[in-house]
Amino acid sequence: MYAQMIQSTGKGVKSLDEMDPTERAFQERIDAGGKIEPKDWMPAGYRKNLIRQIGQHAHSEIIGQLPEGNWITRAPTLERKAILLAKVQDEAGHGLYLYCAAETLGITRDEMFEALNEGRMKYSSIFNYPTLTWADMGAVGWLVDGAAIMNQVPLQRTSYGPYARAMVRICKEESFHQRQGFDIMMKMCAGSEAQKRMAQDALNRFWYPSLMMFGPSDAESVHSAQSMAWKIKMNTNDELRQKFVDQTVPQAEYLGLTVPDETIKWNDEKGGYDFAEPDWTEFYDVLAGNGPCNHDRLETRKQAWDDGAWVREGMLAHAAKKRTAKVAAE
Amino acid sequence: MNTPEKAAPKRTGEWPLFEVFIRGQHGLSHRHVGSLHAPDAEMAIKNARDVYTRRNEGVSIWVVEAEAIHASAPGEKEALYDPSNDKVYRHPTFFDVPEEVGHM
Amino acid sequence: MDNASLFQCLLRFGDNTLVLGHRISEWCGKAPALEEDIALANTALDLIGQTQMWLGYAAEVEGADRSADDLAMLRDVWDFRNILMVERPNIDFGHTIMRQFLFDAYHHAQLTALSRSSDPRIAEIAAKSVKEATYHLDRSAETVIALGDGTDVSHAKMQNALDLLWPYAGEMFESDDVDAQMAASGIAPDPATLRDAWDLRVRDTLSLATLNIPEDNFAHKGGRTGARHTEHLGHMLTQMQWLQRAYPGAVW
Repeated sequence: MYAQMIQSTGKGVKSLDEMDPTERAFQERIDAGGKIEPKDWMPAGYRKNLIRQIGQHAHSEIIGQLPEGNWITRAPTLERKAILLAKVQDEAGHGLYLYCAAETLGITRDEMFEALNEGRMKYSSIFNYPTLTWADMGAVGWLVDGAAIMNQVPLQRTSYGPYARAMVRICKEESFHQRQGFDIMMKMCAGSEAQKRMAQDALNRFWYPSLMMFGPSDAESVHSAQSMAWKIKMNTNDELRQKFVDQTVPQAEYLGLTVPDETIKWNDEKGGYDFAEPDWTEFYDVLAGNGPCNHDRLETRKQAWDDGAWVREGMLAHAAKKRTAKVAAE
Repeated sequence: MNTPEKAAPKRTGEWPLFEVFIRGQHGLSHRHVGSLHAPDAEMAIKNARDVYTRRNEGVSIWVVEAEAIHASAPGEKEALYDPSNDKVYRHPTFFDVPEEVGHM
Repeated sequence: MDNASLFQCLLRFGDNTLVLGHRISEWCGKAPALEEDIALANTALDLIGQTQMWLGYAAEVEGADRSADDLAMLRDVWDFRNILMVERPNIDFGHTIMRQFLFDAYHHAQLTALSRSSDPRIAEIAAKSVKEATYHLDRSAETVIALGDGTDVSHAKMQNALDLLWPYAGEMFESDDVDAQMAASGIAPDPATLRDAWDLRVRDTLSLATLNIPEDNFAHKGGRTGARHTEHLGHMLTQMQWLQRAYPGAVW
């Protein structure tokens, strides 16, 4: 997902009886479906986890601009260019909403940017893969946004008010993202031989990285159990991955494309597909900084941040001068 | 409302946080839509147009520096809200509307 | 007034917005602040939208069975009719926003006049576009003022941008036979007539920005006639047109 491998305090989930009255009231409110708001009391671990999770989600939106931004200047038609630009712009907006949600927890956006630039905060593994052909714009919209939606829709009900509200806005705006990706794939698959090959190649390269987005199985994880008790994680990784595969395989069939997994098979008993696990060694390599694009993505962000410093400072200095002049005039 | 739980450490060089309120075309009150950063209020209004309205015509935008917002403390919650919670007749579902009357 | 002249005139409108929109879109994901990133994308989207309308109409006027996309993606450098300034590289945010401001001030005056065009299609496109240009100008002017007046560093960068771009401003007000025909038939204003409004706005803003207008009024030209573009346009086209050139006839 956009937030992967979030580590909680790691102590396991306390029962209500083990909690002091304040924490108990907090947990009961969450259990009853209530929202926690910025000024409410919250356990330190809840706050810390949320900052990590929302921050990582926000960073993923911002870094996520780059692989698609890579094709804006090469979009094949004026309309495609406009649609892609609008989509990538939305991602900037979604990053912005999420940073603001995290800021209610007592961290600033610039602090989060610095943590990202210095490698202290992560972003989703998926954005460390290159976009090599126009078909990748289709695959990213169809698969990556498709996978992200699996997680974002339930997160609209998350326990932290500002996060839930950001997700509501994001889900509303994202509704066209997956469709535009699928639409690109449909055009390619109905096109020339070269276009069909391009589409198949994009699916081949993005299938397993998309499955990795959900993270490794967390059925046994104490971190996930705590996050689920706090309702900042709504489903297990395996549930979401299964749902994604079940949704995507028929779509690939419709396109006339082959999912690059020979073992994939409908399983009547479980009412879903059996499918092969991605290569988790590759996943950990990407997380450790060894993905195909880790270095370039982060360098691009750092450069943008450093190059923009004089602009941010200049505008702030002008604002201060205006304030002084206004006071002097009064 | 995205008011910080505790004032975030104000760092030099960071654009302040603004809360954005927008009144849409239907004449309803200004509604909180989110937050953003800007060097000052004038730019905050422009940024709000770009971020939150995608520049729809005919909307009114308010921006308020987040620091300037006073919010009720959680401890006062019961005192502020409990009295009106008793007045169930203020809520439309309190009244049974006969089915033949239709939607109301 | 002949169709060939009207076609040229429409290419001048549409190529300006096409090329500048493309340049602005290069910023996506790399702007100095998230809010600026989103605002730049809005400007680029407006300009691409205007391009679709101008080149769409140009294609109809030409009557050669070409679409707006064909005009954008399949013409070579010498057939482009944009002014040289908009094809200049972004360099940095200062150059980008200064170029935007100098163009917006012109674009706003031009579209205002075009909204009274004797050609109803042009009047209609201009009436829609001028609303967008009004906001673009508002925003770029305020940003130029802030950065010119900001810190010593930002002031120096903005002065540098102005010095470099100033020789590219004069081309906006050049006239030729095409312009004379358009003016005579009330289709489009003679560009020279837009200069006073532009001067007023630009001098006012640059003075608030504490920037010095260069004294030399030399003007590079050759873009709007297609006689001599800069080297930069060709490089832009290698990206913009690549897919259409590499896979002729493919539907995307």
